[in-house]
Amino acid sequence: MAALMGNIESSLLNIGYLETLSYQQTPLHRLDPRVKLLTTLVFIIAVVSFGKYEITGLIPFIIYPVALIAVGNLPPGYLFKKILLAAPFAFFIGIFNPFLDRALMVQLGPVGISGGWVSFASIMIRFTLTVSAALILIAGTGFNAVCLALDKMGTPRSFVIQLLFLYRYIFVLTDEALRLVRARALRSFQGRGMGFKVFSYMIGQLLLRTLDRAHRIHLAMLSRGFDGKIRLLRPLQIHGRDAAFFLGWSALFVLMRWYNIPHLLGNAVAGLIR
Amino acid sequence: MSHHLVEVKDLRYTYPDGTCVLRGVSFRITHGEAVAIIGANGAGKSTLLLQLNGCLLPQAGAVRIGDFPLNKKTLPYVRRTVGMVFQDPDDQLFMPLVYDDVAFGPLNLGLPLEEVEARVVSALATVGALHLKDRPPYRLSGGEKRAVAIASVLSMSPSILVMDEPTSYLDPKTRRHLIELLQTFKHTLIIATHDLDMVLDLCSRTIILKDGQVIADGPTLEILQNQELLDSGSLEKPFRLQGCPLCGTKSDASE
Repeated sequence: MAALMGNIESSLLNIGYLETLSYQQTPLHRLDPRVKLLTTLVFIIAVVSFGKYEITGLIPFIIYPVALIAVGNLPPGYLFKKILLAAPFAFFIGIFNPFLDRALMVQLGPVGISGGWVSFASIMIRFTLTVSAALILIAGTGFNAVCLALDKMGTPRSFVIQLLFLYRYIFVLTDEALRLVRARALRSFQGRGMGFKVFSYMIGQLLLRTLDRAHRIHLAMLSRGFDGKIRLLRPLQIHGRDAAFFLGWSALFVLMRWYNIPHLLGNAVAGLIR
Repeated sequence: MSHHLVEVKDLRYTYPDGTCVLRGVSFRITHGEAVAIIGANGAGKSTLLLQLNGCLLPQAGAVRIGDFPLNKKTLPYVRRTVGMVFQDPDDQLFMPLVYDDVAFGPLNLGLPLEEVEARVVSALATVGALHLKDRPPYRLSGGEKRAVAIASVLSMSPSILVMDEPTSYLDPKTRRHLIELLQTFKHTLIIATHDLDMVLDLCSRTIILKDGQVIADGPTLEILQNQELLDSGSLEKPFRLQGCPLCGTKSDASE
C-alpha cells in the first residue's frame, strides 16, 4: 500500500515538475507558443504519414527532440521515463503484428525478420518520436500557453476552456483522491478494508465531491459576472525568430519525409567506395 | 450612500431536500459597517451569505441591496455591488494564472483593457500579492491563495464585501496580516465566521444565528460578553475574554 501511495504522490509531483520546466527562460521557451504548437503538429504529421514498414526514414527525425532538449535545457532522463509510462499503449497496439504478418522481409545473415516485427519496430519508433515531441511542447511552453495558442488559432473556445479547467483542477482532484486513499490506508489492517467494494465507494465519493466543487466554482464564477463567455487577456506576437523556427523545421521535416536521408547517404558512401 | 445598504426582511429558505435553513431572518446593515455573522455549524450562515449576492434567491421575504430589491433582473447590479469571497480559495481561483483570475470580474464587466489592467494591479497590490501575478493558483500557499481570492473580488470594486470564514486554514501570522488588511477597508464588511477573536478586532456589530433565526443583533463587545447568549448559540467567549491559564484568574471573577 505504501508503494501505491508513493506512486500516486510521486506521479503528482511529476506533473508539477513538467510545469516547473516550462518556467525556464531559454530560447525555446521564449518562442511564441503558436509556433511551437504548429511545428509539433507538422512534425507529428510527417512522422505518422510514413508507410507501415518504414524504419530508416524515421531515424533522422530524432534530431528534432534532441535539438529541442538541448536548447530548452530539458532533462532527457525525466522525459524518457514519461515516455516509458505511456509505452504500454503503443506496445499493445503493435505487439500482434509479428504474429499476423509472418512474411519474411529482411534477411540479416542467418536471421530472417518478418514484416510483422518491422512494422512493430516502426510503431514503437513513431510512438517515441511523437510522444517526446508532445512532451517537449508542454515542457518548453507550459500547458496554459499551449491552450492559449490553441485558442488564438481558432480552436472552439469551449474546448479550450475545458482543457484549461481540466488542468487547473487535476491538482485539486488528485489531492482529494490522495486524501481518500490515505484515510483508507490508515484504517485498514491486514488487507481488510482494501477490497474492491470500498474502492467503488471511494470513486463514488470522489464523484460526489467533484460535483459539489463544480457547483461551488460555478457560483464563484457567477458572483463575478460570468455570462457564459470566458475572456482571456493576453496578447501574443510573432517575431522573426518565431517564423524562422517554424519555417526552418517544417522545411527539414518535409525534406526528411520525401527523401530517405540514411538511404541517400548509404548510396553516396557506397558510390564513393566503388 | 444608499448603495452600500444591505437589508434582509423575513428571509426564508428551504433546500430542495427539505432542510429548512433560514426561518425568517431580518436585519439592516448600513454604509461602512463591519458586521460579523456567527453561530453554530448548520445555523444558516453560509446559506445566508449566498442569498446576499443572489447565488440563491429568497423563497419568502426579501433582500435589498442599495436601492434595488434582489431579483433576477437586478442580479448583474447586485453582483457588481456585493463582492463575495468564498471559503475555499480553490473554488474561487479557477483561471489558469493569478492575473487572469483577478481580471476575470473586470473583463466580465466589459471594462476597457487599460482599466482592467490598472484594476488588477491595484487589487493585487492592495493584498500584497502583485509578485504572484504570473503564477498558477495551484502553486500558491494557503495564505497566498486567500490573498489572491480577495484581490479577485476587490478588482471589481464592490461596495460591499461578503466573506465566508476568511481566516480558516491560515497560520497565526497570516491570519494577523489578513485582519490588518481587512481593517484598512472602507467597504461595508459582512463576515461569517467561527473566529470570534477576529470578530473582536474587526467588527463593531455582531449577529448571532441559531437554527435559521437571529437570536441576537448588537454591539460586538456586549454580545461576546453575554455568556448566556453565547451558550444558547453553541458559542464560546473569544479567547481574549476568557481567563488566563497562567495567572489562573477567571474573567467571570472580575465581572
